[in-house]
Amino acid sequence: MLYRENGQFKASYRADQQIFPILQDRVAIGLLLVLVFVVIPLVASPYLLTAILIPFVILSLAALGLNILVGYCGQISLGHGAFMAVGAYAAYNCHARIEGMPLIASLLIGGLASTVVGVLFGIPSLRIKGLYLAVATLAAQFFVDWACLRLPWVTNGSSSGSVSVAGLNVLGLPVESPAQRYLFALLVLALFALLAKNLVRGAIGREWMAIRDMDVAAAVIGIRPVYAKLTAFAVSSFIVGVAGGLWGFVHLGSWEPAAFNIDRSFQLLFMIIIGGLGSIMGSFFGAAFIVVLPIVLDGLPYWCGIPIDTATAAHLTFMIFGALIVFFLIVEPHGIARLWSTAKEKLRLWPFPH
Amino acid sequence: MAFFLETLFGGLMVGMLYSLIALGFVLIYKASGVFNFAQGAMVLFAAMAMARFSEWIPKWLGFDNKVLANVLAFGVALLAMVCVAWVIERLVLRYLVNQEHITLLMATLGITYFLEGFGQTLFGSAIYKIDVGLPKDPVFILENTFAGGVLINKEDLYAAAIAAVLVALLALFFQKTATGRALRAVADDHQAAQSIGIPLGRIWIIVWSVAGFVALVAGVIWGSKLGVQFTLSLVALKALPVVILGGLTSVPGAIIGGLIIGVGEKLSEIYIGPLFGGGIEIWFAYVLALLFLLVRPQGLFGEKIIDRV
Amino acid sequence: MRKTGDVVLDVRNISLSFGGVRALSDISFDVREHEIRAIVGPNGAGKSSMLNCINGVYQPQQGTIALRGRTFRHMNSRQVAEMGVARTFQNLALFKGMSVLDNLMTGRNLKMRSNLFMQALRLGPAQREESEQRVFVERIIDFLEIQPYRKTPVGRMPYGLQKRVDLGRALAMEPQLLLLDEPMAGMNVEEKQDMSRFILDVNDEFGTTIVLIEHDMGVVMDISDRVVVLDYGRKIGDGSPEEVRNDADVISAYLGTAH
Repeated sequence: MLYRENGQFKASYRADQQIFPILQDRVAIGLLLVLVFVVIPLVASPYLLTAILIPFVILSLAALGLNILVGYCGQISLGHGAFMAVGAYAAYNCHARIEGMPLIASLLIGGLASTVVGVLFGIPSLRIKGLYLAVATLAAQFFVDWACLRLPWVTNGSSSGSVSVAGLNVLGLPVESPAQRYLFALLVLALFALLAKNLVRGAIGREWMAIRDMDVAAAVIGIRPVYAKLTAFAVSSFIVGVAGGLWGFVHLGSWEPAAFNIDRSFQLLFMIIIGGLGSIMGSFFGAAFIVVLPIVLDGLPYWCGIPIDTATAAHLTFMIFGALIVFFLIVEPHGIARLWSTAKEKLRLWPFPH
Repeated sequence: MAFFLETLFGGLMVGMLYSLIALGFVLIYKASGVFNFAQGAMVLFAAMAMARFSEWIPKWLGFDNKVLANVLAFGVALLAMVCVAWVIERLVLRYLVNQEHITLLMATLGITYFLEGFGQTLFGSAIYKIDVGLPKDPVFILENTFAGGVLINKEDLYAAAIAAVLVALLALFFQKTATGRALRAVADDHQAAQSIGIPLGRIWIIVWSVAGFVALVAGVIWGSKLGVQFTLSLVALKALPVVILGGLTSVPGAIIGGLIIGVGEKLSEIYIGPLFGGGIEIWFAYVLALLFLLVRPQGLFGEKIIDRV
Repeated sequence: MRKTGDVVLDVRNISLSFGGVRALSDISFDVREHEIRAIVGPNGAGKSSMLNCINGVYQPQQGTIALRGRTFRHMNSRQVAEMGVARTFQNLALFKGMSVLDNLMTGRNLKMRSNLFMQALRLGPAQREESEQRVFVERIIDFLEIQPYRKTPVGRMPYGLQKRVDLGRALAMEPQLLLLDEPMAGMNVEEKQDMSRFILDVNDEFGTTIVLIEHDMGVVMDISDRVVVLDYGRKIGDGSPEEVRNDADVISAYLGTAH
């Protein structure tokens, strides 16, 4: 009843091609934006912001980047942690070595550095696919792991291997308190989400999906696989690089290369599988799931009154993650995003059953 | 020169161990078309089972004979791997028949995480010992040619021998038996094999059990050498470049690929490593595999991949 | 009768092998502008392989292909597409994850000019281009009568309609030469009539040259101007439908020698 499109006619193709063509969706998004930009910073506790919301926002951005490559263009990558690392360390070097470098500039340069590395390690995708490409991307992961540990210029000569940043500000406005950091990250996320959505609903998005669905047919239509794949790697690693910079600067404050190791890569992959491959919304769902689940699992035994020590809880988390991945792949390979859109379909008919 | 030979032999031995793990990969891929990311986790699980059961069984049954304990533990661990294979087939593979490779790969990623958590819940997460009586003393060879001789680990020699026997048995199995033929049919096309009456489920259980057996042998040898700990599964990840190099469908490829990677790693670490600041072992195997993929995507002995429209 | 023009596609001495298997042996034929040329033959005769050679999907070991007067030893898929050649596939190489509309829009890919950054920001020119291409694609949707399905993911549509989308995507490329690989496979009588009508209309209204692989001899007789007959990778007939139908070699290939 509430969710029908009755009476909403589009008078131009432009109107039909909007991101949110249904009025109720536009209203909902409007309310959501007010909620996340205005209400949350005012009422959320510092714990909520630092432990849940900020990681969620930044990991959503990273998941978004990975989804473009894996979900939209169909190129698997097990090494995206490496691109986050490149973004973080490049941004760090800008910030630490150049006096007075603006934060945004550092982050963007981090993204660009990540783009270069991403395109480089994306070149194999022109010749190899699927599982072979997966192994090749591991090369990126371990190589960058090593570079951050063993090449002194990466960490600007840090003896302990860890680096830290402080005193962040944007155009004079401080980015220090949890609420400020949250808003900054959120602004970056919102901007990139919009740009990404425009890309995937435009010509390049269709090229990516064509390559994903059937690359031989795509070539016959005149789509250049080289251009499509490399742009997917480039855009994906740019976004992930910026996310890496945000992760280091805005969330961690100080970090070691281990923050971007292979576990991080798998974590991102799990996010987009569970959230929904090939869906911008899915990246958010997946990130939310992965960020919230460990906290729920940690707290569950406490709420249920069963004492479990932290080590066992960690092991159980592993088990549940693994089981959930398999579950989603079997039951709903298109992830939570598909469940969401199916629910919306049902909502259109509500209260009628069909 | 003696040092070079020692490094070479050391690399060959490590390579042999990688090959053992890679064997499990190749088996599963050959027979079910699945790229089993969880092979490393299986090795770790098997090794943990072996280590713990060899401790527990004497306590439960109240005897002291080490050999008997090891034999029984091996048997129980093998049974455990068969159970794992059965569960995987029942709960995962059965539902993913004929899905794309990527989906299956990601499913095995999920299995990896599950097995790692499960193994540590069941068996604990400390470092455990495996002692199956492999001699640990070193031996010196070629004492006439080089002063002082070249140092080789007897343990490694035994490991190499065991691996060789295992490979021979597996090659025989695939080539000469009806089950082996059925396995190859399944690897080609799940649905087609099913439609001609090959019992897909049973075949998969067999294959994953055999891979589990191989994982157990690999786990015992590795564990006896390094001790059983969590990092074993990371080492096992190295088997991926081995499989790429050798070809996903080739048993001899897994062996040769393992040897190349093992030797390459050791030699590059000693001779090239210092130029870059050391520690290049963590990525050498992968970069080598990557370069190989660009030149010859199917690996040394693999089958050429043809795309049809 | 249609007025056919000069030779627009000239296939000369094409031979193609896969490993030890000879798919095509010394095939030569030409196609004139505005005509509908059928390629027929038993299964496995090499018809699809021939189209794949024209398209650049396969590279023949011998022979040349002349397209619009330019001779090529090897065809490059993108180059061929840019030269105005489009095709459909026997096994429907549609992009299953995308909607009908998006599938058709990919056919407009060669005409779209805006770059990555403009698309990201969806600025004026990028938006205008999307709308313009949408107008063009909607005409094709009207032509093929698939309006109700434009937002449906292609994977969920019935086979007959998917075939139409395949045709639509090829048409979206505004081709001068259209290669159709068994466009009526698996269709019932009504669907075949619809598809025949579409093919004839395309040839009539836009003057598109059509090369058509087809098994249904009735359709071939009805709509084609000239026919090439292949058998075991060799050409065994070439001429008008009547000539070919009465040719002894063709009859024995289709019906067996004792008749």
